[in-house]
Amino acid sequence: MTFFNFIVYVVIGVSAVLSYFVLANWAHDYLVGKFSKKNLQDSIFRPWIFMAPALIILLVYLIYPVSETIRLSFFDNYGREFTGVSNYVWALNDSDFRQSILNNFLWLIVVPTTCTFLGLTIATLADRVWWGVFAKTLIFMPMAISFVGASVIWKFVYEYRGAGNDQIGILNAIIVYFGGDPHAWIAIPFWNNFFLMVIMIWIQTGLAMVIFSAALRAIPEETLEAARIDGASEVRIFFYIIIPFLSETIVVIWTTITILVLKVFDIVLAMTNGQWGTEVLANLMFDWMFRGGGDSGRGSTIALFIMLGVIPIMIWNLRRFKMEQER
Amino acid sequence: MSEIVIKNLNKYYGKNHVIQDVSLNIDSQSFTVLVGPSGCGKSTILRMIAGLESINSGTISIDGNIVNDLSPKDRNIAMVFQSYALYPHMTVYNNMAFGLKLEKLTKDEIDSRVYDAAKILQIEELLQRKPKQLSGGQRQRVAIGRAITRKPKVFLFDEPLSNLDAALRVQMRVELAKLHDQLDATMIYVTHDQTEAMTMADKIVVLDQGKISQSGSPMDLYHNPKNLFVGGFIGSPKMNFIKTRILKKSSQSISIDLLGQKSFLLKKTSTNLKTGDEITLGIRPEHLKISKDLKNAWKGKVFVVEKLGSGTFLYLDKEGEPLVVETDGDSKIKVGDTINVAFNPDKCHVFNANKEVI
Repeated sequence: MTFFNFIVYVVIGVSAVLSYFVLANWAHDYLVGKFSKKNLQDSIFRPWIFMAPALIILLVYLIYPVSETIRLSFFDNYGREFTGVSNYVWALNDSDFRQSILNNFLWLIVVPTTCTFLGLTIATLADRVWWGVFAKTLIFMPMAISFVGASVIWKFVYEYRGAGNDQIGILNAIIVYFGGDPHAWIAIPFWNNFFLMVIMIWIQTGLAMVIFSAALRAIPEETLEAARIDGASEVRIFFYIIIPFLSETIVVIWTTITILVLKVFDIVLAMTNGQWGTEVLANLMFDWMFRGGGDSGRGSTIALFIMLGVIPIMIWNLRRFKMEQER
Repeated sequence: MSEIVIKNLNKYYGKNHVIQDVSLNIDSQSFTVLVGPSGCGKSTILRMIAGLESINSGTISIDGNIVNDLSPKDRNIAMVFQSYALYPHMTVYNNMAFGLKLEKLTKDEIDSRVYDAAKILQIEELLQRKPKQLSGGQRQRVAIGRAITRKPKVFLFDEPLSNLDAALRVQMRVELAKLHDQLDATMIYVTHDQTEAMTMADKIVVLDQGKISQSGSPMDLYHNPKNLFVGGFIGSPKMNFIKTRILKKSSQSISIDLLGQKSFLLKKTSTNLKTGDEITLGIRPEHLKISKDLKNAWKGKVFVVEKLGSGTFLYLDKEGEPLVVETDGDSKIKVGDTINVAFNPDKCHVFNANKEVI
C-alpha cells in the first residue's frame, strides 16, 4: 500500500506543479491582454510567475532560517528575552569555543591541502602503472561510506587495550608487534585532532583523485609533447604545464573540501564527542542547541560563526563562477 | 649533403606493422613533404624523427649522428603541431621563450631571439597576449615562432595548416615557403593535402600503408607517377582511371578497348604485357580535350559542370567512376549536353594489373 500511496503523491505533486504553471500563465495572458495594449511577449510579470515557486522555497527554507538564527542569537536560552550581545561575549570568552575555532582552523589548513595534494599525486602516478585502475578503485571506495560509518571503522583502527592485553586495533597491534607501547590515540590532546582528520582525508582523497584524473585526461597530449621537445623534464612539465592547466580544478576541489571541513561534525561526534581537546564549532553548536535542555541563543551564535567562515569562500566561489561564465 | 638519413625504419603498434622498412634521405636545407592519406604512417615517421615515438628497428640519423636513443630535446629539432599545442596559461612571449629559458640562455639573448622571431612572423604586437585571445592564424604563427626561436637544425611540421580556413591556409602556405627561404633550415612537413605538397615541397615523399610509394620533385611525381596510387593522389581533380584490356599487342605499341566504343593505339608497351591483359589507363583532366574531331575520341553525357572561373570541370557519365574533363573557363557546355572527348596518347599513363606504370 505504501508504494501505491507513493505513486499517488508523485502524480498529485507533479500535476499540481504543472497546473500551477499552465493556469498561472493562462491567467497572466488573460489579465494582461485585457488591461494592457502592450505585446504579451514583453510582459514584465511573466518571469516572476515562473520564478515564484523557487523564490518562495528559497525564502522559507533559506532566508527565514538565517534571519531567525540571527534573531535568536540576541535572545536568551529560550528565545524569549532580548539579551543584546551577551551570547557573543560569552562565546568569545568561552574556552571550548576558543578551542573549537582553533581546531577548525587546524582542520581547514590540513585537510583540504592534504586531500588536494594526495588526490593530484595519486591521479598523476596511477596513470603510469598498470595497476593504476585497481589502486584508484580502492582509493575511491571510502567515498561511498558515510562519515559516521567511516568513524566506526577508524575507531577500530585506533582501538586501545591496556598493555599486556591483545590489541584489537590494528595501529596498536602493529606497534606492539614491533615492541612499542600501545596508546589511546584519540585521547592524546592536540595530536588526536590529526587522527580524526585522517578519516576525512581518507574519504575525500577519492573525490579529489577522480576529478583530477578526468582533468588530467583533458590536457592535450600535443601540448605535453611540445614541452618535451622544448626540453622540459617530466618534473618541470608537471609544475610548469600540468599544474597551471589544472589550476581551476585545484581551486574547485580545494574550496569544495574547505566548505565541507568547516561543517565537520559527524566524525568528531562519533569519535570523541569533542573530548580531549578535539571540539569543533559544529559539534559545539549541536551540544548547546540540543543537549542539556538546549540553549537556542548560544547555539545560534555558534551557527552564525560557522556561517561567517563559509561566506567568504562562497562569495569567492560565486565570483569565480561568474567570471568563468563571462569568458 | 644529407641532413637526415633514415635507414630501414620499422614500427609496430601491437601486430600492426605501421612503418614498413622505410629508407629516406633528406637533404640539408630542403623542404621535404611527407604526404599520404590518413593512416599511411606519415605522422608516425615525423614523430619518430622528433623522438616522440620509439623506433622498433632501423636508424634515424640527424647531421651524421644516430639519434634513436636521444631524447627530443637533444635532437636539435623543433616541431609545430596541428593543434598548435601552445601553453594556454603563458603569454605569447613566454610561449616562445619557454624552451630558451630551459636552455638557460641569458635574458638579453632570449629577448632578442623572441623579438626577431616575432618580427619575422609579424606578431610583435601580440607578445603580451594569451593564446586564448588570438585567432587560429595568429596561434599558428606563435607555434611557428616558438620553433624559430630555438634555432633548430630541423623544423618538423605536423599538418600545421589543417585547422585553418581555406583563405588563411593559402596565405600561410606562401609565408611558410618564404620562411624556408629566410631561415635556410631543413624542413619536414607532413600533410594529407596534395596541394600543400605540390606548392611548397622541394621533394615530395608519397606514403601508402607504411611504405614509400614514390619520392621526387613535385613535377616529377605529377608527370611520371610510378604507380596508380601516386597517379591518383597527386593532382586535383584526380587523374581519370579507365579500366580496360589489351586487344592486340605489337612490338612498339598496344591497341586497347576504350569505353567499349573504339580501339585505340598507344605507343607504349612492355615485355611483360600480353594480349588480353587488364590494364588501367590514367589521363589527367587537362589532357582530355573537347573536340569535334573524332580521332582518339568518344562521346559522353555531362552530368555536373563545375565552374572555377579560370577553368571548368565537366563530369561525364561513365560506368564506375565519372570522367573529369578540364576545359576553358568560359565554356558554354551545360548539364545534359553530349560532348566528344579526345585525348593525347602521349600524355596518358598506362598501369598494369599490379598497379605499376609501364
